[in-house]
Amino acid sequence: MPAGMLLVAFALVCVLLSARYPWLVRFPAAAELPVAAAFNMALSAFEARTESAFKLVSRLLTSPMSMVRTALQLTPWSMVVLGFVAMAWRAGGIGFAAFVGASLLYVLGIGLWEQTMNSLALVILSVPISIIIGFGIGYLAFASKRAERLTNPLLDILQTVPAFAYLLPLLLLFGFGPVVGLIASIVFAFPAMVRNTMLGLRNVPSDILEAGEMAGATGRQLFWQVRIPSARYQLLVGVNQTTMAALSMVIIASIIGGTNDIGWTVLSAMRKADFGSSILAGIVIALLAMILDRLTAGFATRAKTHRSQKDIPFRAFAALVAAGLMVMYGASTRFDQLAAWPADWIADPSESLNRGIEALVLFTRPVLDAVKTGMLFFVMLPLKIGLQKVVGPASWGFQPGIWHVVGYVALAVSAASFALLKGRDVAASAILLVAILFYVGLTGLPWPVMVAVVLALGYRLGGLRLVAISGFALGFLLLTGSWQKAMLSVYLGSLAVILSFAIGSALGVLASENETFSRLMRPVNDTMQTMPQFVLLIPVVMLFAIGDFTALIAIIFYAYVPAFRYAEAGLRQVDGRVVEAATSLGTTRLQRLVHVKLPLAIPNLMLGLNQTIVYGIGMLVIAALVGTSDLGQEVYIGLSAGNFGQGMVAGLGMAAIAMLADSFCKAWQRHYRTRIRNG
Amino acid sequence: MTTRDNAPAAIKLSARHLWKVYGPGADGFFDSTGPRLGAEQSLREMRAHGHMPAVIDVSFDVREGEIFVIMGLSGSGKSTVIRCLSRLVEPTHGEVKLDGEDLLGKSTAELIEIRRHKMGMVFQNFSLLPHLTVFENVAFPLKLQGLGLKDRRRRVEHVIALVGLEGRESSFPDELSGGQQQRVGIARSLAVEPDVWLLDEPFSALDPLIRRQMQDEFLRIQNTLKKSIVFITHDFLEALRIADRMAIMRDGRIVQIGTPRELLLNPADAYVAEFTCDVPRSRLLTAGDFAVAGPAQAASMATVAGETGFDRLVEQLARNPDGLQVNDRHGARLGIITAASMVQTLASFTPVSPHAS
Repeated sequence: MPAGMLLVAFALVCVLLSARYPWLVRFPAAAELPVAAAFNMALSAFEARTESAFKLVSRLLTSPMSMVRTALQLTPWSMVVLGFVAMAWRAGGIGFAAFVGASLLYVLGIGLWEQTMNSLALVILSVPISIIIGFGIGYLAFASKRAERLTNPLLDILQTVPAFAYLLPLLLLFGFGPVVGLIASIVFAFPAMVRNTMLGLRNVPSDILEAGEMAGATGRQLFWQVRIPSARYQLLVGVNQTTMAALSMVIIASIIGGTNDIGWTVLSAMRKADFGSSILAGIVIALLAMILDRLTAGFATRAKTHRSQKDIPFRAFAALVAAGLMVMYGASTRFDQLAAWPADWIADPSESLNRGIEALVLFTRPVLDAVKTGMLFFVMLPLKIGLQKVVGPASWGFQPGIWHVVGYVALAVSAASFALLKGRDVAASAILLVAILFYVGLTGLPWPVMVAVVLALGYRLGGLRLVAISGFALGFLLLTGSWQKAMLSVYLGSLAVILSFAIGSALGVLASENETFSRLMRPVNDTMQTMPQFVLLIPVVMLFAIGDFTALIAIIFYAYVPAFRYAEAGLRQVDGRVVEAATSLGTTRLQRLVHVKLPLAIPNLMLGLNQTIVYGIGMLVIAALVGTSDLGQEVYIGLSAGNFGQGMVAGLGMAAIAMLADSFCKAWQRHYRTRIRNG
Repeated sequence: MTTRDNAPAAIKLSARHLWKVYGPGADGFFDSTGPRLGAEQSLREMRAHGHMPAVIDVSFDVREGEIFVIMGLSGSGKSTVIRCLSRLVEPTHGEVKLDGEDLLGKSTAELIEIRRHKMGMVFQNFSLLPHLTVFENVAFPLKLQGLGLKDRRRRVEHVIALVGLEGRESSFPDELSGGQQQRVGIARSLAVEPDVWLLDEPFSALDPLIRRQMQDEFLRIQNTLKKSIVFITHDFLEALRIADRMAIMRDGRIVQIGTPRELLLNPADAYVAEFTCDVPRSRLLTAGDFAVAGPAQAASMATVAGETGFDRLVEQLARNPDGLQVNDRHGARLGIITAASMVQTLASFTPVSPHAS
């Protein structure tokens, strides 16, 4: 296989020449295109033309928003609590109602009621709007082929561009303030409703529709009385996903600040290193997420199972609740304590919590620091800046001399030769390339090498189409001057994805074999997934301070879940008869796992990898909050400086990387499948 | 089986030269008189162009009060035929007449009216609306018509009693067994008091014991209601059990139409014969079928009626070893039966298995 060796030779030449020609590593600035500036110009031109329209939308949304806010603030807390508890009882039974009651009392008790209601107001307003928009678009895409062709790529784009990047244009078009958060959460949340609407409307069984037709339904009756009710479960799943997306965006949007909401409370406390307060507020977010999730999911499940003796009929229930609210209102006009939570009922345990955290951090520091430095010196930094810069007395405990380099080269060459002897020529070139990569680091790797490797791999896996996609994405990164930052994203992202996938899959395999472990992990996974991403940052920052390693851990916390779930589901779905056959052949449990179940579950594992990539890159941008220096940080800087062009270029750069990773992953799956088929 | 020699009832529903071809622009193969190139040539053309002919030149009549069964294996086009009759599927070519009126020319509004008052349909997988109770499901077509609650209640109670589901009105479909769900489906299709009753494999999703029970129920209901019925099934024995007349379909065409007796005694081809070969023919034969010409020593022989069934006949013959004389219902002599002649007749009727030849 001379192509692989050719690449190795090319890489070697580039690396050797890069000392003399620095443009091999750093793409010449003269060749860069002023894309960011162009974006800024285009936006201001666009803004100038359409300013009044955006102002109008902004104004239209401002008044209902402040109305909902004020209403929630003015409503006696006792009524809000009663209303939520009643809904929870309806959606999830008495246990869930108790949970909701306790959660809200917690919010009141630590004095975060106002901030929580402000965040909730945004969700309450954005969810119905997202649902209406999403349902409308979903219906159009369902009804017309042409609309569907337009909708699908739009959804793909909206879901790969990181959520942060949305905020930028919105911020500049609509100005600062909570309206941006509202609009961002609508934009972020409606695609889920579109997908579920399309899916639900389309998947109504044809015989049910025929039954409706034979019952003599007109077109409209068929849609509203047969199709919609039959799709109700899927539509409510859409409502659930939309609500969670809206909440997550409302929380993220609070980083632009200026609003007294719960996300801002967490973030500002975290910036002051007041972890006690940020944990207390973070718990509120977590509770909010769980309540909204189980509330909407509960209604969806209700729509799925139809039972005749369920509970009291809806009307009686509604009347009961209304009466209860009325009584509460009456009581709260008489007793002020029921209207506004009295200040002396508020407890602030953040002080003692802080002391506790300090003690914990001090106690765990030796172990955690050892893990952190080990990881940094032996894995992260070599990948980032290369062994040639990392290895030294301070890190590895010795000064590298010529013999160390020779040894390294010898090791790489002998490993490659061994692979070559075994006839694995692709593996041999891969070993050499990885050796070169770790020697110079991702940031020291000449860009022509990276481009060549990606294009060659693209050609091998996906032919000219993938080469074209890669060329486009890499060209964008080079020409916009984002290459260096992009390599930092690739470094952090790939490491995070690999670790998340490895850890997640391993745990998933374990869960598929061990029922107890599976049951234990289920609520943990659910929590990790429903939690708005940056709540996950709090404990990580607390334990590891800020930096790349912290970001890595935070991403793993979030992105291991899909790998876990797909691995477990994939292994559990393996045909029981095959397993039985293998058992009767006298295999041990481990043999069954390795030789029968895992190979059969590979398609699922690959889907898990795909999802891990999507999740990992999504979290990479959020992780910018804890001090990375990659493209995600650029997005964040662009956002806080109001520099649309800078942020947009970085956001699109991240999207390009995500898209590239996704295409490679899919191409690899196809490649793998055809290889299986051809034996 | 009794002989039906009274005057045939009026034709309720008829299909003439019905074609359904799937694929874009399938109309192009037809002009107003039929397939442009003749049936065989057209079929070749259609298949060559990637079109899928599902129903090929199907014609039949359903008389008033008759149970007409279409039997065929999966993919034979039987479900498409029944959907063409109700225009759930638009036929590519042909004619469907209901009470002598052209059904295919009806506008959407007229069609909805017909479905609301003249047609009822039962589906293989019950197709109940999962979010409605039994009562609401049965009342659904009436509600679509805008019938008042009082009338709805009266009619629904009537049909629910008819199918024996009293007391389950407020249950939801997923709380019912398969058999009960299909009773709901039957009640729903009867709620509009249709003349034409279309049943698409109504009992195929049920287990054998329930299936038999439901067939009996079905026959009982039909005895009181006397609907004109098109009944689809893939089960030959089910078809024999309930059909007044039946058609056998294969690859989109009707292979044979006749009474179950005709089909059993004279299968049109090897395909039909393959279905019939497992059926004990004797079950269908009556004394009249066994009567052979014999010496006229009638006086000494016991007599039996021509329509005496096989089991009774064997019993009689055992008691009268000399033989029996067979008379028709007017007392005219049809012939005699002896033990030897009976065995011979049976042997001649025993089907030659298509595989054995």
